[in-house]
Amino acid sequence: MLKISNLQAKIGDKEILKGLNLEVKAGEVHAIMGPNGAGKSTLASVLAGRETYEVTGGEVDFEGEDLLELAPEERAAKGVFLAFQYPVEIPGVSTTNFLKTAVNEMRKYRGEEAMDAVQFLKMYKEKMKIVNIDQSLLNRSLNEGFSGGEKKRNEIFQMAVLNPKLAILDETDSGLDIDALRIVAEGVNKLKSADNATIVITHYQRLLDFIVPDFVHVLYKGRIVKSGTKELALELEERGYDWIKEELGETV
Amino acid sequence: MNNTDLKTQLIADFKTAEGRMNGEAKSAVHQVRQQALERFDKLGFPTTRHEEWKYSNVKNLVNQAFEFNAETNFSAKDLEEMPIPNLEGNILYFINGIYNTELSSIVSPDSELQILTFAEAAKTQPELVEQYFNKYSDYQDNAFTALNTAFAQNGVFVHVPDNKVVAQPIILRFISDARTLNVASQPRNLIVVGKRSEVQIAEAYRSFGENASFTNAVTEFVVGEEANVHYYKVQNESDKSYHIGTTSVLQAGKSVFTANTVTANGGFVRNNLNIKIDGEYAEANMFGLYIPNGKQHIDNHTAVDHAKPNSNSNELYKGILKGKSTGVFNGKIFVRQDAQKTNAFQSCKNVLLSEDASMNTKPQLEIWADDVKCSHGTTTGQLNDDALFYMQARGISKDSARALLTLAFAQDVIDKFEIVAIKEYLQTLIEEKIYQL
Repeated sequence: MLKISNLQAKIGDKEILKGLNLEVKAGEVHAIMGPNGAGKSTLASVLAGRETYEVTGGEVDFEGEDLLELAPEERAAKGVFLAFQYPVEIPGVSTTNFLKTAVNEMRKYRGEEAMDAVQFLKMYKEKMKIVNIDQSLLNRSLNEGFSGGEKKRNEIFQMAVLNPKLAILDETDSGLDIDALRIVAEGVNKLKSADNATIVITHYQRLLDFIVPDFVHVLYKGRIVKSGTKELALELEERGYDWIKEELGETV
Repeated sequence: MNNTDLKTQLIADFKTAEGRMNGEAKSAVHQVRQQALERFDKLGFPTTRHEEWKYSNVKNLVNQAFEFNAETNFSAKDLEEMPIPNLEGNILYFINGIYNTELSSIVSPDSELQILTFAEAAKTQPELVEQYFNKYSDYQDNAFTALNTAFAQNGVFVHVPDNKVVAQPIILRFISDARTLNVASQPRNLIVVGKRSEVQIAEAYRSFGENASFTNAVTEFVVGEEANVHYYKVQNESDKSYHIGTTSVLQAGKSVFTANTVTANGGFVRNNLNIKIDGEYAEANMFGLYIPNGKQHIDNHTAVDHAKPNSNSNELYKGILKGKSTGVFNGKIFVRQDAQKTNAFQSCKNVLLSEDASMNTKPQLEIWADDVKCSHGTTTGQLNDDALFYMQARGISKDSARALLTLAFAQDVIDKFEIVAIKEYLQTLIEEKIYQL
């Protein structure tokens, strides 16, 4: 589904991704872990198409297409979803209105007919059940005055409604207590299928107790330096990142 | 035609009109008109050297010729081309300043309110008109108000007696028919609302045709004790329109006055809103929205004068500017020495959607009392890039994201409209304008 080859990106003069490789197949859950400043969020932003990052080399193939050539909204319409680490507050636009616009803009892009109000509402209510989100939250201005947990749950709800092929969760666990974490993870697990894939970007192992990854990668200094299975995450939790640095021949 | 010529023409017009009067020339109302004309003669049209007109240059206006109160064959059919769907209430039409009986309908019972054209009221109820006329709009330092006062003839006189809740709104539609020539009108409205009464009144300005139009409007409100008045000013005029409007309000104690001024379109617009709070425990609300594009110029000058203690004023103006358009916001707050425990809040927020658009904001606070809460803030910026990217990441195209964000920015001012038909009309109008921006 996704094949990243030798990806390099910078912000201003600062190189952040320095030749990153990653392959994700349908039905898989990949976790990307790494210390602060390794480039985890940069990877998420570059995949979603944020203009503040300049891609200086490498390729990203998504379902046979050059993802880097597409505008952010085109990537979304083709099935890439980024759950933001810091969801943006949009005063004056309710979640419902926002998602109705998003769904229909994507359908338009894909040459599909717009959903009418009845169809939309039916689908919407079903997704609300999956994520266990309250109507009153959805009528409020998007993310405005939401708690950290509400913002993250709203991200997962948006993911449910937009039904992406590839979901990238950027530190969705940050700032969440264990109950909120569980709810968010449950939502993600319910949405998992053989046709979609998830990349979970996280600093801590605890989210992976709830969203069990098929593969775990360590991102360090802009590259994937180690890959393994879920046991690698446990090892990182226990031993920290220093041993990885040592393996790379760095003095700690 | 140069500056002096338009002035000369207007002064000559005045003398001609005066010559045709019979007994009315001796009336008190006409005495005021004469004084106003003298003042206009002395002041002349303002230039940008005048502090109050620094950013609004009327040179192009006063260098054009206009036919005042031009006759027109405007019909109900023409009206169909400028619909405000489901509009109900007391609807009065003024075409090029002249009251149109056929199109207008007054539905409220006489017991609730009296609506007369200004000219009619001056003839049939001179005492009532004299009592209030020109008491609130000071023309001493405003040439346009002086000019309007000198020619005060068209517009309405509304009188709501004490203890009346007027069920149906009053909607005044001023239409400039510029299909065949440059036209001008000078509406003069006087609205007197009795104690504990409630009324909603809207002024809707519209122009059509290829030629220029000039509206020089003055509206005066006298708001009685504990009265509640909602005032709406909706402007949707052509790029070749000039609109100078002054609304002056006198509020008694415990009254509430709410003004909503929305300029959806207009070539050159100057709105003055002056509120004097002359009683305790009163509340004044001022909301505004302006959306210029192209070379449009929209200027809002507001002033609230807190003369008595324990009153509140609350102001929010929002601007969305594109193209090479220019905007001006000048907000004055006066708190007199007696006006202790005043709360006065002012905010003006602007979004510039192009690099060539510009906005001048100037809050002016003069506070003589020491126990007051006042705040003011103005912001001018671009749409939030993070928000745009967030929306794009959800599949919303950049153009749609911009429009959605812009509309959301404007929405809280639109939502203040309580006359549903006008709110819906505005919603459509503003969405259309925002999507074409």
